[in-house]
Amino acid sequence: MGRPLDDLVQDFIAETREGLESLDSELVKFEQNPNDPATLSGIFRLIHTIKGTCGFLGLSRLQTVAHAAENVLGGFRDGATPVTPQAVSAVLDTVDLIRSLVDALALGGAEPEGDDRALIGRLEEVMDGVLLPDAGDARADERALIERLGGDATLDAAAEMALVELRGDQDIGPLLRAVDGDRLQAALRDGLCRIARKQQPDNRAFAGAIGEVAQSPLAESSVAAIFQAVGAALVGLDVGPDAVDALSALVLASPRSETAGEPDGSQEPSTGGVDAPATPASLQAPPSPQSPEGGAGPAQTIRVSVDALEQLMTVVSELVLIRNQLIQTLRLDPECAFAAPLHRLNQVTSELQERVMTARMQPISGAWAKLPRLVRDLAQELGKSIDLVMHGQETELDRQVLELIKDPLTHMIRNAADHGLETPAERRAAGKSETGRITLQARHEGGAIVIEVADDGKGLPADKIRAKAVASGLVTPAQAEQMSDADARQLIFLPGFSTAAQVTAVSGRGVGMDVVRTNIEKIGGAIELTSAEGMGTRFSIRIPLTLTIVSALIVEACGQRFALPQASVVELVSASGASRRAIEYVDGAAVLRLRDRLLPLVSLQQLLGLESVGETSTETCIVAARVGAFTFGVIVDRVFDTEEIVVKPVATVLRHIKLYSGVTILGDGSVILILDPKGMSAEAGAGQNGRSVQDDVGGSAGAHAADRTALLLFRAANEALKAVPLATVSRIEEVAAQQIERVDGRTVIQYRGRLMPIIGVDARPTAAWEGDASRPLLVFTHGDQTAGLLVDEIVDIVESALDSRLASQGAGAAGSLIIDGRATELLDFAYYWRRAVNEDEPPRSERTSDQVGDRSGVKRLLVVDSSPFAQVLLRPLLSSAGYDVTVAEDPSSALALYEAGERFQLIMTDTRLDSAQAMAFAKVFAQASEWHQTPLLGLALGEPGVDAKLDATNLLDELAATLSGLKGAA
Amino acid sequence: MNAHGDSAVSAASAVEGLVSIRIGRQVFGVPVLQVQDVIAQTDINLVPLGPPEVAGLLNLRGRIVTAVDMRRRLGMEPRRPEDGLMSVIVDRNGELYALLVDDVGDVLWLPQDAQEPVPVTLSAHWRALCRGLFRLDEELLLVLRVEDILALGRATTIDGAGLAESTNSDPVFQS
Repeated sequence: MGRPLDDLVQDFIAETREGLESLDSELVKFEQNPNDPATLSGIFRLIHTIKGTCGFLGLSRLQTVAHAAENVLGGFRDGATPVTPQAVSAVLDTVDLIRSLVDALALGGAEPEGDDRALIGRLEEVMDGVLLPDAGDARADERALIERLGGDATLDAAAEMALVELRGDQDIGPLLRAVDGDRLQAALRDGLCRIARKQQPDNRAFAGAIGEVAQSPLAESSVAAIFQAVGAALVGLDVGPDAVDALSALVLASPRSETAGEPDGSQEPSTGGVDAPATPASLQAPPSPQSPEGGAGPAQTIRVSVDALEQLMTVVSELVLIRNQLIQTLRLDPECAFAAPLHRLNQVTSELQERVMTARMQPISGAWAKLPRLVRDLAQELGKSIDLVMHGQETELDRQVLELIKDPLTHMIRNAADHGLETPAERRAAGKSETGRITLQARHEGGAIVIEVADDGKGLPADKIRAKAVASGLVTPAQAEQMSDADARQLIFLPGFSTAAQVTAVSGRGVGMDVVRTNIEKIGGAIELTSAEGMGTRFSIRIPLTLTIVSALIVEACGQRFALPQASVVELVSASGASRRAIEYVDGAAVLRLRDRLLPLVSLQQLLGLESVGETSTETCIVAARVGAFTFGVIVDRVFDTEEIVVKPVATVLRHIKLYSGVTILGDGSVILILDPKGMSAEAGAGQNGRSVQDDVGGSAGAHAADRTALLLFRAANEALKAVPLATVSRIEEVAAQQIERVDGRTVIQYRGRLMPIIGVDARPTAAWEGDASRPLLVFTHGDQTAGLLVDEIVDIVESALDSRLASQGAGAAGSLIIDGRATELLDFAYYWRRAVNEDEPPRSERTSDQVGDRSGVKRLLVVDSSPFAQVLLRPLLSSAGYDVTVAEDPSSALALYEAGERFQLIMTDTRLDSAQAMAFAKVFAQASEWHQTPLLGLALGEPGVDAKLDATNLLDELAATLSGLKGAA
Repeated sequence: MNAHGDSAVSAASAVEGLVSIRIGRQVFGVPVLQVQDVIAQTDINLVPLGPPEVAGLLNLRGRIVTAVDMRRRLGMEPRRPEDGLMSVIVDRNGELYALLVDDVGDVLWLPQDAQEPVPVTLSAHWRALCRGLFRLDEELLLVLRVEDILALGRATTIDGAGLAESTNSDPVFQS
């Protein structure tokens, strides 16, 4: 469908149209003066060229027609054939037919199906000098069709001849060879006789009869091919071509009256915007050779290349800018002498802009044209009875968008017919009418077009979808359980999901709705799904009217303006102090409580690495944006108006930045970037793919299971995966090689007005790297100190239990974890922190040999904790707060420390220790009598009084309080 | 952009028109056929996250032009407020780029056979961006390769060492 034409075919169409246009006047002359050899040879040449080119391009229908006409014209030229009015009108009809075929070819990309035997027959008769008095008017013959056809016997003979010929046919031959030839012939004959007697279109009589014998439903093309053969046989049996023509029309059920008005087939032969049930009426009917106005259509329109329209659009947008500037000056000086002409200019410009924009618009019926036929074929193939109802065919949208939605729409219609609607028996059992209904609806809605595809079928079974998603590993059983039915249904948009229990020929190949969604999102659209079991399913697609002019929200961050496509904006939330709606932080990630859900936030300033100007603005706006099923918030400083912007592509050198989808020029002439919500959502969702749905569903990003820690996975130095707890990373920045400077043996970058030391994963100052590709920098912050760890690539953020680790393997590594089946090195964050920030201080190991270190007020703390929490979080936190921290992983190592003579001001322990360990600790503590004076601080819940929440500030406060209490007491 | 054929050129040899531009203290030439326009300072809108050489985007009569800071592209010291700023608009595959330079001079018509190869003492970074050299009366003119200058994605950018080298090599061309 709608595939782009070969260049050759395009050239052929353009050439033939040109030739036919110049022929128009020639043909009139030819009619008046049929003996003028110049005119004749002109026509002959053109027809000859068409014949030759068509043969080369494999356009057999055009070739056959042209060939027959050429023979006649050759006869005229050579004087062998007398030029009679009948002969001339046969030639004229041929030219008209060629014209309409070429138009159909240009529109549909393929020759329309149809039968030209009647016309060719007339031409041949002209050649043979057999002049039928009424050859031009089939309807003049009042005799019954069956009589004109020569009765049942002729039809039987024709059926036999046709079948003999068809057995040799490539496509249909195998089908026919397998079945009983006599029965097939009888079925064919009976079908034809019935149609001819009734003189009414009855597709089932013909196709159904053959299909029954062949034991498989017939495709439309096969029906056409079979009838073509029958038609040829009938002509061979001396049946009048007009009668064959009439029979052909009935068999292919394509009443001429509906197509005659639209010779170029460019418009949907709709019944005027009201219900247009899927009758085969909207098939590509063979253009009627008798259609007198066949050549009149194209003269009313000219073809303009899209490029030309684009350029026009560019010029117009420039004009709009100039207009805006002039209007600005007018505002300053309303008494200006140019006021009147400027107002006029204003109006004219607006009108011009509108006209140019509408010039690119086409009614959506263009994308729908093939759907009735599709539904009809599907109904036959699936043995269902389906009505296709279409509303709003006249709704216009940009032709580029039109092309892009064709395939998704087809796919959805297929799905509705195959999966959505039940068989007639099932429908009857459910108390519905046997005929299922698919409703297609288009309407404008606030700068976008909304297309709905709804069926009244069985709806999407939420339980089956859950089971399927779990079986294919898309979600865990627990996640599936938590989902509401509506959320579960959204799972069909995940890649690799297909609900069809059986893969049918029609659909169910596993590349279903996720492709549809991707395609729709590609053009800035969104798709929504609602379904009620037993009632049906409704897909609602929202797409922009045009890709070049979009409605966008203009936002500002750090004094810079950006455009955010309105289509993805859900709502605006003010997070200023007044509304008491504040941004909160969960696990270092900014979130906003918005009604019943938690909105993950990204800051435009941080995302784009903008430098704040002046004091931080007290007013903060959050733009809630949605990409697919994922909703997130973008923190901006200000929100301006919504503007219609002209989208221009991003320059090649900037195309690698995934956050921009385009560039535009605002009314005041400034150039601003258009943000890509998809790129931003990737940042907000931090690399989650399929999981965005869950997050959206659960709405509880903060509810991490207690024993799992969010880890940031990355690669550095080698292929091995490395991880740090996400909570320790305050930001991730991108740095370019040029930003890195060397200061006295260290590498630093300028970061927010200060120097930030950065190190590599080898804990050494980083070397510069080749190229200007930027690299991710993990920024760690403690107090007002920051340090950066330069890595090669951020891989993912995962949640993992920290207990699966192996013992530490040397400096910098806290241990190894298994994450998603891959060994991952958990970095000892404290080690890097020390190396980055306090590089010149002596390593800790030297200091531990010190005496009870009240040296310069440094408090010594012992942490007895088996979890890596102590290693990766507590130690750096306490170290940076000025404590000297020793970690004992279990009570026995604590005892070893005691025995080594270590003394501390405070001992912290994890009171979550399981009972055996708690006992062991109690024993150790009993032995370590010199530690009895040391205050003990419990780290977890369960011990009121010595209980500190796992919160950095609380913990430090508690520590300070305990220690000062100790000091006061001592 | 007025073409003043001010250099004495022998009619016999093929001549090439070069728009002379000044970046820092160095004079460069851009083939006149590649130059679409020369404009004075306009508003430039920044591109966050863009390559450091990209100064931003500007609006040239309704077309969006990507501005490349030539000082940064060549690894020179940053522009000071008192330095001049002119934009040489060049086309690359239908996209417009503005080369931000300090000053734009005349179009020089120079005989092609007078062009000399770039001296080997020039930093590798500059050598990759220059096609050749002309000895003018008072100074040396380096001919820029516009294609390579705009190939920002490739590895022709400066690292720390290249920066130092090219800044140092600047005085070499003072005559």
